[in-house]
Amino acid sequence: MCLAVPGKIISISGDDPLLRSGRVNFGGIIKEVNLGYTPEANVGDYVLVHVGFAISTVDEAEAEQVFEYLREMGELTELEAPSI
Amino acid sequence: MKYVDEYRGEPEAQGFARAISRITTRPWTIMEVCGGQTHAIVKFGIDELLPKQVELVHGPGCPVCVTPLELIDKAIAIASRPEVIFCSFGDMLRVPGSAKDLLVVKASGGDVRIVYSPMDALKVAQANPSKQVVFFAVGFETTAPANAMAVFQADNQGIDNFSILVSHVLVPPAMEAILSSAINRVQGFLAAGHVCTVMGYEEYGPIAAKYQVPIVVTGFEPLDILQGVYMCVKQLEEGRAEVENQYTRSVRREGNLPAQELIRDVFRIVPRKWRGVGEIPQSGLGLREKYQRFDAEDRFGVTDYTAEESPECISGLVLQGVKKPFECSAFGTRCTPEQPLGATMVSSEGACAAYYRYRGVRASALAAATKEI
Repeated sequence: MCLAVPGKIISISGDDPLLRSGRVNFGGIIKEVNLGYTPEANVGDYVLVHVGFAISTVDEAEAEQVFEYLREMGELTELEAPSI
Repeated sequence: MKYVDEYRGEPEAQGFARAISRITTRPWTIMEVCGGQTHAIVKFGIDELLPKQVELVHGPGCPVCVTPLELIDKAIAIASRPEVIFCSFGDMLRVPGSAKDLLVVKASGGDVRIVYSPMDALKVAQANPSKQVVFFAVGFETTAPANAMAVFQADNQGIDNFSILVSHVLVPPAMEAILSSAINRVQGFLAAGHVCTVMGYEEYGPIAAKYQVPIVVTGFEPLDILQGVYMCVKQLEEGRAEVENQYTRSVRREGNLPAQELIRDVFRIVPRKWRGVGEIPQSGLGLREKYQRFDAEDRFGVTDYTAEESPECISGLVLQGVKKPFECSAFGTRCTPEQPLGATMVSSEGACAAYYRYRGVRASALAAATKEI
């Protein structure tokens, strides 16, 4: 129910800030998404989308944090850093 | 898919599992709050990667599961009216009411439609001005911004044939209800990452301090959940009870401020009854007075319904983490996803449905083994 799926913004339209809308690519499937709650989101950004609304912009640097944590614990020494 | 696949790597998962084993010296019981996390844990077998001393119990974070029976009955009464187009997320349609479910209403000629977003229901209202269009607004804080926007836009654009049947619940009061229960066994929480994406996590500080439990805001992919468990166990082992954030790529301390602003404009905090749990004070959202005319309960005169739960269903205990699904005598026999006795068997995020789907036969074997111990 609280599922939110990450997708990449490919275009943005709309003048009313609350009804700002974007075309978002979810692994090849493109959907119209309300961007009213993510005024900071730009074309090329990834947003997490829940029932047609972007609820956050994915922070690219923070997305690495899981792997850094593993590395610091010495559990990622033999693994290549994943390319994201 | 980017930001999904990379968090599902087996070697990394094994790395976290080893690290958790290394720091665990005692038994710990940790609850994942959100049904989406429960689904991922059972689907990917994350609980089976953990040392035996770390037990994950499944929380109440399944909106479909906690929507009270009388509200399902209200939805059925409204959806059965000839002038109504009733719009809902798909998984509400099979939740059993006292006598039937919304699918039966649809099969008997009711205009019941599955929509992806409340904004789709608003479009249906615009396209059908001679009909009453009702949206079944269930959900936690994650879904509240979407429902708030639908009501705000209905008001703003004068779409008066639109209304919502509100069943909105809030996570922190439910966590407090679990912690203050005499039968509580939860020692730490994985808090729901998308709820916190919207609301931030400042409100969890007082709960962690008052009940001395670590709370780790956690994402939904296997590596997120494993890291959340690691952070939680580490706090437990070190005797700390703090709020930490694992899901930093989405969750900021203050949450999504524009979303919170519209939620506050449209909704107010009210007591809500949780299916299987009972009434929890200040645990839900209702429409503010200025938007009251969009309340479907008022519009269709269904405010005073009461209903009795199936006496055999233990979903209340499952939702509080006291019992596991396979400890129910009806599990998999008299209660299946096709013929559910209670809501935890209906939603794919309900613990019973997740166990049935991914653990079916093994669950019975496990139940037998548990009894022997």
